Amino acid sequence: MKTTTISIAILTTIMLIGCGKNDKTTTDEQGGSPAGGDGLSQTQLTHGIGPIQPFNLEPLDDARAAAGKEIFEVKCIACHKIDERLVGPPLSGVTERRSPGFIMNMILNPDQMVKQHPEVKAMLAQYYVPMTFQNVTEEDARSILEYLRTLKSKDLTKGE
Amino acid sequence: MSKTMIRVLGLLISIGAFLLIAECAKKDKPMLGSDDAASAVYVAPGDYDEFYAFTSGGFSGQLGVYGLPSGRLFKEIPVFSLDPENGYGFNEETKDMLKTSFGYIPWDDSHHPELSQTDGVTDGRWIFINGNNTPRVARIDLRTFETAEIIEIPNSGGNHGSPFITQNSEYVVASTRFSVPIPQADVSITSYKENFNGTLSFIKVNPDDGHMNIEFQIMVPGFDYDLASGGKGPSHGWAFFSSYNSEQANTLLEVNASRNDKDFIAAVNWKKAEEYLAQGKAKKRPAEYYRNYMDHRTHSAVSELNKSVMILDPADCPGLIYYLPTPKSPHGVDVDPSGEYIVGGGKLAAVVSVHSFPKMLKAIEDEKIIGEAGGIPILDYDATIAGEVTNVGLGPLHTEFDGKGYAYTSAFISSEVVKWKLGTWEVVDRIPSYYSIGHLMIPGGGSMKPWGKYLVALNKMTKDRYLSTGPELAHAAQLIDISGEKMKLLLDFPTVGEPHYAQGIPADLVHPKAKKIFPLEENEHPFVTMKEADARVERDGNIIHVYMTTIRTHFKPDNIEGVQVGDIVYFHVTNLEQDWDIPHGFAMQGAKNSELLVMPGATNTLRWEPKQVGVFPFYCTDFCSALHQEMQGYVRVSPKGSNTPLSFN
Repeated sequence: MKTTTISIAILTTIMLIGCGKNDKTTTDEQGGSPAGGDGLSQTQLTHGIGPIQPFNLEPLDDARAAAGKEIFEVKCIACHKIDERLVGPPLSGVTERRSPGFIMNMILNPDQMVKQHPEVKAMLAQYYVPMTFQNVTEEDARSILEYLRTLKSKDLTKGE
Repeated sequence: MSKTMIRVLGLLISIGAFLLIAECAKKDKPMLGSDDAASAVYVAPGDYDEFYAFTSGGFSGQLGVYGLPSGRLFKEIPVFSLDPENGYGFNEETKDMLKTSFGYIPWDDSHHPELSQTDGVTDGRWIFINGNNTPRVARIDLRTFETAEIIEIPNSGGNHGSPFITQNSEYVVASTRFSVPIPQADVSITSYKENFNGTLSFIKVNPDDGHMNIEFQIMVPGFDYDLASGGKGPSHGWAFFSSYNSEQANTLLEVNASRNDKDFIAAVNWKKAEEYLAQGKAKKRPAEYYRNYMDHRTHSAVSELNKSVMILDPADCPGLIYYLPTPKSPHGVDVDPSGEYIVGGGKLAAVVSVHSFPKMLKAIEDEKIIGEAGGIPILDYDATIAGEVTNVGLGPLHTEFDGKGYAYTSAFISSEVVKWKLGTWEVVDRIPSYYSIGHLMIPGGGSMKPWGKYLVALNKMTKDRYLSTGPELAHAAQLIDISGEKMKLLLDFPTVGEPHYAQGIPADLVHPKAKKIFPLEENEHPFVTMKEADARVERDGNIIHVYMTTIRTHFKPDNIEGVQVGDIVYFHVTNLEQDWDIPHGFAMQGAKNSELLVMPGATNTLRWEPKQVGVFPFYCTDFCSALHQEMQGYVRVSPKGSNTPLSFN
């Protein structure tokens, strides 16, 4: 019956409007269309979850790579060696395995990456210690990425 | 639409509206004014409390941090105390915070926390607290919840009447409970009346960094000064100090200091004091006292010894200070949010006496002076009094305000909170406390902007309120809903130490500003290790400096050899983590101090004097990750004169 339908619709609307406050959002941090499990889009699977959108690399900037090396040696080296496992995985050749966006999002947003990205979740099961945010800026992360580009793959079988 | 349909529609909308209201009522906690006290104090898992409450630790020398309305304890901040939990007072960086003219004093009796204010409103920048026993005032930084500064008060005994703040945090004031010879001297105690004096200290607060210095002291007769309050609004520029023992008794005070019907509230015109100071009316007197502060760049305390203080004598400074007679041995002196009324809690009186600030000014102008004490004019009680609150209970101690025209006075002897109306002075409600309330606290209740929703009763006796813990019991606080006409008891919660007083502030003014880490690049500790590659061990005679880093989940270095019995080893531990809530601990077998708990980006130092030959482990004490239990190392200790070379990896 048409009127009843309208009435129920109104009632439902009223209920839905509700008080509408104080509910912590549970639908945060998702974007793009889902692809496969985990509710992540193909873009997120490839380029990671976080502030960095997919982008293409320019030719290597040596000065920037040198700056990145300095930051790396203060903030990253305690956990990452170049060619062997320490707390985290070795990083030689990482730019051949991962997209630039993925690497920067991993540096800038590790908490969410560890919780939501299936490949990173799998790495946690392998390494046990979650990647930590080291209070770096986007600029810093970009410089670290540039430095990582200089670390050519030596033995891919040892990688992540 | 047919009538039936309209009726159905109407009915369904009514049902919807009803359900909506019911749903909202359920969600809109707390349900103040209803009988549902449990939901009024329930903070759901993951939700935040609406207010912070800071309670003094009393004889614990600490400051407690609680949430309201839940009553949950979040932290105890060590102030005038040692804290083996984080190394405060034990590690090399913070030891000097407890330096005084009497030496290293690792304890005090902390009574009154006081939040900083801007324009008469609590601003969430700092909280101050007094040390009674070795007179001191501390400032805690509310970005870090750490003690940032401690200044010693010279010419004082029993720094009870402090630290109370002026409207824009220009000053925190401090008054002496125990008058003493000034300067200290070897005199007979029976010469009290000739030789003993009190002081009122005005500690200037630097508005940029909060640093304190004693701008001036006012020498006053040897009464016992008890509490204080800053003026506000029209009374801004004045401060008020309660006192008892105007009899100037020096023995058996319970009888001998309770003879006079009235004692005094001292009204001090501090703007006038500033003028006299500028005119050179103050005398520079020798006095040794320390000021210790944490240098936030080096994460280390800096101690400076001051050697003089400026003292104003009321006899040289007409108009500086007046006494308002107030019955009887008054404790609290509390200025209402309008700044017009000064409420004296006459501890041994049957009434609460309320002075009027405008009437006080008029009385001064009309010279309604009935005498003097130590050169200080005493104003006529009838000329300054605005009203008396009768039937206010026995032992009225302390009053705060809800900003809606009501005052709430604690009555210790009759164990109750009494609500009364400003202006008409009539008592409108009362509620028992369990048991024997001392002070009470309304968030902002001593400022120009109270948040008059909750009142916390800080009770002195606990007895049977909780499961017994033997002869020594936790103190009891009680949360009372004051949002409605009638007060309503919502919650009991135990407190640590003895909270004499507390402060409350909306969480929004503090929580978002709290620091999460210390940026590593800003660390200027002289023994910082900025990266693992710089980790090392250096010997300088029998002193060994270990430059150590931590990150999940290892120390660098974690094996050290070449240490000898008789060496003094300093472990300078820098936490390289830059992630929130990832401190690392450091504990060394045989260390006689405590552990270190190093915050992300900070450096802390543990001193260790190995006494035995052997190999001794150290480890991380704060569970940091899945491999926390692997976070360990060894130091090899050889006999004195051994040729084992110093090495590490």
